[in-house]
Amino acid sequence: MDIFFQQIVNGLTLGSLYAIVALGYTMVYGIIQLINFAHGEVVMFGAMIALSVVSTASGSGFPPLAAVLVGILAAIPACMTLGYLLERVAYRPLRRAPRLAPLITAIGMSIVLQQVAMMIWSRNVLSFPQNLPVILYEVAGASISALQIAIIGLCLTMMAGLAFVVYRTRLGAAMRATAENPEIARLMGVDVDRVIAATFVIGAALAAVAGLLVGIYYGLAHYTMGATLGMKAFSAAVLGGIGNIPGAMVGGILLGLVEALGAGYIGDFTDLCQYGIFDAIFQARCADGGNLVLFGSNYQDVFAFVVLILVLVFRPSGLLGERVAERA
Amino acid sequence: MLAVVNLQVHYGGIAAVKGISFAIEKGETVAFVGANGAGKTSMLKALSRLLPVGTKGSIRLSGEEIIALPTHRLIHRGLALVPEGRGVFARLSVAENLAMGAYIRKDKQEIAGDLERVYALMPHLKARHRQLAGTLSGGEQQMLALGRALMGRPQLLLLDEPSMGLAPMMVHKVFETIRAVAAQQVTILLVEQNAKLALETASRGYVMESGRITLTDSSTNLLADPRVRQAYLGE
Repeated sequence: MDIFFQQIVNGLTLGSLYAIVALGYTMVYGIIQLINFAHGEVVMFGAMIALSVVSTASGSGFPPLAAVLVGILAAIPACMTLGYLLERVAYRPLRRAPRLAPLITAIGMSIVLQQVAMMIWSRNVLSFPQNLPVILYEVAGASISALQIAIIGLCLTMMAGLAFVVYRTRLGAAMRATAENPEIARLMGVDVDRVIAATFVIGAALAAVAGLLVGIYYGLAHYTMGATLGMKAFSAAVLGGIGNIPGAMVGGILLGLVEALGAGYIGDFTDLCQYGIFDAIFQARCADGGNLVLFGSNYQDVFAFVVLILVLVFRPSGLLGERVAERA
Repeated sequence: MLAVVNLQVHYGGIAAVKGISFAIEKGETVAFVGANGAGKTSMLKALSRLLPVGTKGSIRLSGEEIIALPTHRLIHRGLALVPEGRGVFARLSVAENLAMGAYIRKDKQEIAGDLERVYALMPHLKARHRQLAGTLSGGEQQMLALGRALMGRPQLLLLDEPSMGLAPMMVHKVFETIRAVAAQQVTILLVEQNAKLALETASRGYVMESGRITLTDSSTNLLADPRVRQAYLGE
């Protein structure tokens, strides 16, 4: 039971990070039906910029928390600028092109951004300064770190903030109207290009925070980190129903839980010794409570993509996708 | 109010509107009638700048040329279009749809007043203001689209086939509302396949055929014209 609870906490931490990255994919898809494959790289840039700033700040005598704060304040506007430039330079000129063109451009931008990051930050794995105090709480046999609580809390706050913007403000109404019918939105006086740019910028701000948090959580940053993270967050967005904002939140958290529980239990389930039937063959290994584990927790990354395949096969519209049917 | 000179609309190499000229005075209700494919919807799309490529000619709104303006600036000049097939935002609530109509306005109190006036004109929408627009019936959606356009306080209202796909009862209701709007001195350009209904609502009309205006007169004269009676009134 303690392992279960521990994995739930780990899953929620991971899941809330996936959720805020997934929101970036889903918002852009909702408004221009483009899968912005470069979004993972925006997260990576957030992590890299934050790492540089946090390291410099720590080195020049900032207290650890203040250094992190400065890192966030630097990464957010930098990523927002990057998101804006992506839209302006790579996608807006292709607004009227066939859908395949911006999709391939997105993949291209992803590669370009990775290479640029490699040139700036080298191809080495960089480590975050490990000077944040580690505070652990023991709850129901699981240990929860203050960092995990901070990550979950911060992500939930950002999701609530985003929901407020999308469902309660004029900009949000314009975003939803544009997502549904850009021509009619134009007739209402909505400057559609600006709304699309705003969508990219908001997604990039979330990505910046996600990048910093992922970097601190794992203590590492690398120029390819955006690729896996991005694909997982994209899977989360598809799980929730691509284009659907609550869906991305639910999908992200579910995916985090699946991944953490999967990683926590796959070793137990694939331990051949517990099934008895193989005893004769693996006698030497299984004797005296030994084990023979086929898949360990290093298979963690597989779960996201298994989920992606299952969703695409059995419910392509995702968990919350397209609930309202349009009537004539 | 609106002065159009030699308007042409092309889709690729195909001409949908082949150089039409007309003018509408302030406060008038003018009908455009004609068969399917006569170029009526293309004309409205050109007027609202939804076909930036392939539109030529001159469109003057209150004396100012608008042919180079982007669509989203037109509402600032007082031009609103209720498009064919209504185009309500299905996943937005009725109230949100109406708020989108007032998107460019900042005068909160006056918006609230206009909202009350729209609800007074369409009381069944008020009862459903929290419902998603996609769940309304076709007639209710048409009313909502009309109400949404009114929320922008247009001086010139372009209506594209407001009767299309509606039950006779709803058609009656929608046109009653259009007349009520016209009575408030809003200039209306009404495009309709139902020529009888359109000409009964408007004070004068234009007949379009294959991208050209072939006939224009007062509604009374058009309704009496044997050519119109034969071609569009089924007599």
